[in-house]
Amino acid sequence: MAIETKRLLTTSRAISEGIAQEMERDPSVFVMGEDIGTYGGIFGATEGLLAKFGPERVMDTPISETAFIGAAVGAAISGMRPIAELMFVDFFGVCMDQIYNHMAKIHYESGGNVKVPIVVTTAIGGGYGDGAQHSQTLYGTFAHLPGMKVVVPSTPYDAKGLMISAIRDDNPVVYMFHKGIMGLGWMTPNPRATAHVPEEPYAIPIGKADVKREGRDLTIVTVSLMVHRALDAAVDLATEGIDAEVLDLRSIVPLDREAILASVAKTHRLLVVDEDYRSFGMSGEVITTVIEGAFDHLDAPPVRLAYPDVPIPYSRPLEQFCLPSSDKIAAAARQLMGR
Amino acid sequence: MPDNKTLRDMHYQLVRIRLFEETIQKVYFEGKTPAFDIAAGTVPGEMHLAAGQEPVAVGVAAHLRPSDAVTATHRPHHIALAHGMDIRKLAAEIFGKETGLGHGKGGHMHLFDPATNFGCSGIIAEGMPTAVGHALAFKKQGRDDIAVSFFGEGAANQGAFHESLNLAALWRLGVVFVCEDNAWAISVPKDKATAIANNSDRAAAYGIPGVLVPDNDPVAIYEAAGEAVSRARRGGGPSLIEVKTDRLFGHFEGDAQAYRTPQELALLQERDAIRAFERRLIESADLTAKDAQDAWERARTEVDDAIDFARSSPYPEPSAALQHVFA
Repeated sequence: MAIETKRLLTTSRAISEGIAQEMERDPSVFVMGEDIGTYGGIFGATEGLLAKFGPERVMDTPISETAFIGAAVGAAISGMRPIAELMFVDFFGVCMDQIYNHMAKIHYESGGNVKVPIVVTTAIGGGYGDGAQHSQTLYGTFAHLPGMKVVVPSTPYDAKGLMISAIRDDNPVVYMFHKGIMGLGWMTPNPRATAHVPEEPYAIPIGKADVKREGRDLTIVTVSLMVHRALDAAVDLATEGIDAEVLDLRSIVPLDREAILASVAKTHRLLVVDEDYRSFGMSGEVITTVIEGAFDHLDAPPVRLAYPDVPIPYSRPLEQFCLPSSDKIAAAARQLMGR
Repeated sequence: MPDNKTLRDMHYQLVRIRLFEETIQKVYFEGKTPAFDIAAGTVPGEMHLAAGQEPVAVGVAAHLRPSDAVTATHRPHHIALAHGMDIRKLAAEIFGKETGLGHGKGGHMHLFDPATNFGCSGIIAEGMPTAVGHALAFKKQGRDDIAVSFFGEGAANQGAFHESLNLAALWRLGVVFVCEDNAWAISVPKDKATAIANNSDRAAAYGIPGVLVPDNDPVAIYEAAGEAVSRARRGGGPSLIEVKTDRLFGHFEGDAQAYRTPQELALLQERDAIRAFERRLIESADLTAKDAQDAWERARTEVDDAIDFARSSPYPEPSAALQHVFA
């Protein structure tokens, strides 16, 4: 990584820059979705693209999720590389068939003869009082269904590199950005949502986790906004003499099991932080990975801090009660350390 | 009116598809009698045959080229064959063999053929948005290829139908939507499911042409499709064609069809569109009786060869189940 300048970008601008660079490189790449044109995407992920590429390559769609996600499937089969934004992950139910029965299955059903290179982008996460139908995280749902990659970046740098990889990938990729990492003016500022991003295109391989903080005493495995919550917790923990390693998975599918095992082999303790629903999801998968592959390295039973199995409540104290936070992460880490 | 060569080609297509379907029907019950076991025998799973609906596929496909995209339903064989799918690979896929279209991973409802840009879906109406996407790609690529989406009348009540028509009309894409109205959504008759008599009327809601072909006549379908296909090819946007056709067999093989009367079933056999078409061609001297007989024999040979190929092909290695999740 050649750092010539210290240009700062928000995550949303980093994503749109990655898309723009791929659109320049490859004429088969185009973007469609709800409010992705003039508006630039409700969460800013397509800002500036319409002005640069025009309405033929940056297409606002009607609110017709089944039609435009399905159209992305057909266009991909016929040689294009569509990026389709479906505003909130909570809305995927209206077109889930196109996602899990078509986008994710056609390559397999064709015995490998047909490729479906699509990127579906969407916003995840709560914490701002938007209620049960606009705050879910749901990456576990897509990770559970084989045939699509699931990318969940946490930083501007990762967001750009992973977007470029997602566009170049011959598989369907569900690219989920947390509203809280985008650097939006109308969200509680997250200081790490603006960071240095190189101007030149670069690809971050999908399926490679990243150690966001080295540590000796326990491994905190997480993704997306919770990486930042974990890093905040690690600062507090350090003052108490607990040295936490923070492992950012960056993608749920493929899951970098080696990185999880290597970290736990070093720290001997595992805490999984998951903003998705607790049961049958990522937290269980990570813990199972360690039980299967590094059981002898564990000095204590793994702990998971996840969203309880309830819909996301609207009222602030209710939602904050449910969401993982840096305080809760620190408390869970202390529990894991026997303190 | 199609020329003599086209008529004869269409006749042959109709005949080979019918023989293929009838042969699959026989093979399907191998190992499934006397006690019906859906997983047992030569061909596993559900089997949806399209006997009676061949004119729709053949009448439309007569205007298509392999680079045109076609999406079909869970009842796809007639459309696949009419669009030029390799009959051996189709048969082998139905048998779940390594030599099949998808090496046995798709099965009869999930056929994908890059050679003819053919795809189908086991989910009602869900091939329609994909067709819109194919046409969108062709427009972006500056090609005059088009997409054709076949669907049943039951699908016209799904959201995907309405969304797809709207999007194709809005973006003026080269899509021909072809409704095969066989009057039955499994066991539910159309008049118990759809508030209007003709789905072609729904085209008006999207500002596109809607054409009703009231009988299951290959020539009438050919004419209607010709206009829609050339409109789509010259950038004139989508059309909706509705054909009143017949489903001679049950929804799936093994369906006792208790919801249809014996009189209705007998009437269906009597008015079989292929035999009617053949009689007409002979009367009009487009075909001699001998030519007709030759066509059936030639088709018999082709179908038998495909079935033999499927039968004698190996099954895939079981562990191949783990391949092709990702490209």
